[in-house]
Amino acid sequence: MLSRESSAALMGAVTAFIYKEARLQDEHAYEAWEALWTDDGIYWVPANGDDIDPEKEMSVIYDNRSRISLRIKQLLTGKRHTQTPQSRLRRLVSNIELLDEQASGDISVASNSMVFESSLRDDTIWAARNEYRLRYVDGELRMAYKKVILVNNEKALFTLSFLI
Amino acid sequence: MNVVPRASQWGELIRPDRVHGSLYSDPAIFEAELQNIWYRIWVYVGHESEVPNANDYVVKSIGPQSVIMTRDEQGKVNLLLNRCSHRGNQVCSYDRGNARSFTCPFHSWTFANDGRLVGYAFPDGYEGQDKSKLALGRVTRVQSYRGFVFGSFAAEGPTLEEHLGGAAETIDRLVRFSPEGEVEVTAGFLKHRVKANWKFILENECDGYHPAFVHSSIFGVADSAIGKLYGGASTAVTRDYGNGHTEIDLRPEFRKRDAPMSWFGTTEERLPDYTARMKAAYGDQKAREIMIDGTPHVMIFPNLFIAEIQMFVIQPLAVDDSVQHVTALQFKGAPDMNRRLRQQTMGSVGPAGLLLADDSEMYERCHRGVLARIPEWIFLGRGERRERRDELGFKVGHVTDEIPSRGIWSHYRSLMEKP
Repeated sequence: MLSRESSAALMGAVTAFIYKEARLQDEHAYEAWEALWTDDGIYWVPANGDDIDPEKEMSVIYDNRSRISLRIKQLLTGKRHTQTPQSRLRRLVSNIELLDEQASGDISVASNSMVFESSLRDDTIWAARNEYRLRYVDGELRMAYKKVILVNNEKALFTLSFLI
Repeated sequence: MNVVPRASQWGELIRPDRVHGSLYSDPAIFEAELQNIWYRIWVYVGHESEVPNANDYVVKSIGPQSVIMTRDEQGKVNLLLNRCSHRGNQVCSYDRGNARSFTCPFHSWTFANDGRLVGYAFPDGYEGQDKSKLALGRVTRVQSYRGFVFGSFAAEGPTLEEHLGGAAETIDRLVRFSPEGEVEVTAGFLKHRVKANWKFILENECDGYHPAFVHSSIFGVADSAIGKLYGGASTAVTRDYGNGHTEIDLRPEFRKRDAPMSWFGTTEERLPDYTARMKAAYGDQKAREIMIDGTPHVMIFPNLFIAEIQMFVIQPLAVDDSVQHVTALQFKGAPDMNRRLRQQTMGSVGPAGLLLADDSEMYERCHRGVLARIPEWIFLGRGERRERRDELGFKVGHVTDEIPSRGIWSHYRSLMEKP
């Protein structure tokens, strides 16, 4: 159990991390965003519910670290047509909470987010519950896990080719 | 134009090497397509493996309409319209489940999962009514081919076998990839919505001209051999099976490679359990041939696309609004193969897919493009002068030729001209 002082300090560090991640995503800072991940990172956007088994059922995104890297490489080619021109994005992140500590020592965090996307098709609003596992690596916070639970993940979704 | 052409006028919009842009954008033509195609011919609805047990159900669709696919207590698969026969309320609100009956939440009418009306609330007041005339609507004809369930609202017309014609063989070719000879649809669907006419999707599925350009971003970074299949030097072919069914046949390229599982970017060594099961099921030589040839890339008109490792179902909602339902194919008795099929499918398709998100971007841009009035026509003449017939008499051409689009539009015209 963290003391009140250390908990407040951790909350400050975690909040700063999540705000930074949001800004890097909004501004398509692909390489800087990729650098936030640990070597064992998992980036998961379930479909058809919040707690499906991604090893058995289809997810919108279920990237291990190497596929995260491939996704970024594709965006960096500048020929990922659905991001040429890039979506204009701004997201609000709120309700950041520290959850129970993981046995592994990873820090469990949850937040809500709402993203406004303006693309060639139209303007689209995305809303999600985000769950993170963060870890200190060489004194810096990193993401080991990010799960994005879209509010409308049971419905037919428009193309989602930016970093959610 | 907003006026449905008379039978004699479709030829003015559909010519051998070009089609009129209004065919993608005119709401009146979309309504006519619902009547002449979606609510008449055989349309793929679901797979028997989605309702494996008695009383299982799953909600599917035919065009914009909600259809409940049930397996009743006798084991029969039914396609029921999701519409109470009393006031039209939807009787089923969940995507899937297990239920002997559906009770309408409005006035508590209850229907058995074969569609029969079994009871209504406060039965006094209904004296003399014939319950058998108040059943749930049914898709008139229901038939399966190797587990793939199709429905037709027309009481008469071609049988499913006649509709599938030569394309049935592609489904036979697919199910061989299960050591038990069966496909399973058990991984759940990604539902990807696009603001585009459904026919842009339909035509793109066997368009071998675009991959080198639309997918260059992923071919360039993914160390994938897929890109080479669609180049100018490729020996792969496009095929028109008639009835609107089209194929990209990649077997010539895979046979040149002569390496089992090369079509899937892997090797027998990396799938030892699958390879052993295939050899036990088919014998060494036959299994080797199957695993060299690879699965088909076939578009069964109007809505079932089998794309090597995944299955798409095209759903039109409006003239400019469509959903691509997509799932990983799963082969019965092939757990190690199935895991890879799921992983590859999740990576490539759906709203965030490394491949399909870019295709969908093209559909939407084409749709906005055809709203411009000039030059009016969509040109489909690529490869017209080098078409030939294969040994079975089907038209074939180079993998980048527009034989599939021409075949689709020729069949489309014949359907739309029928009264």
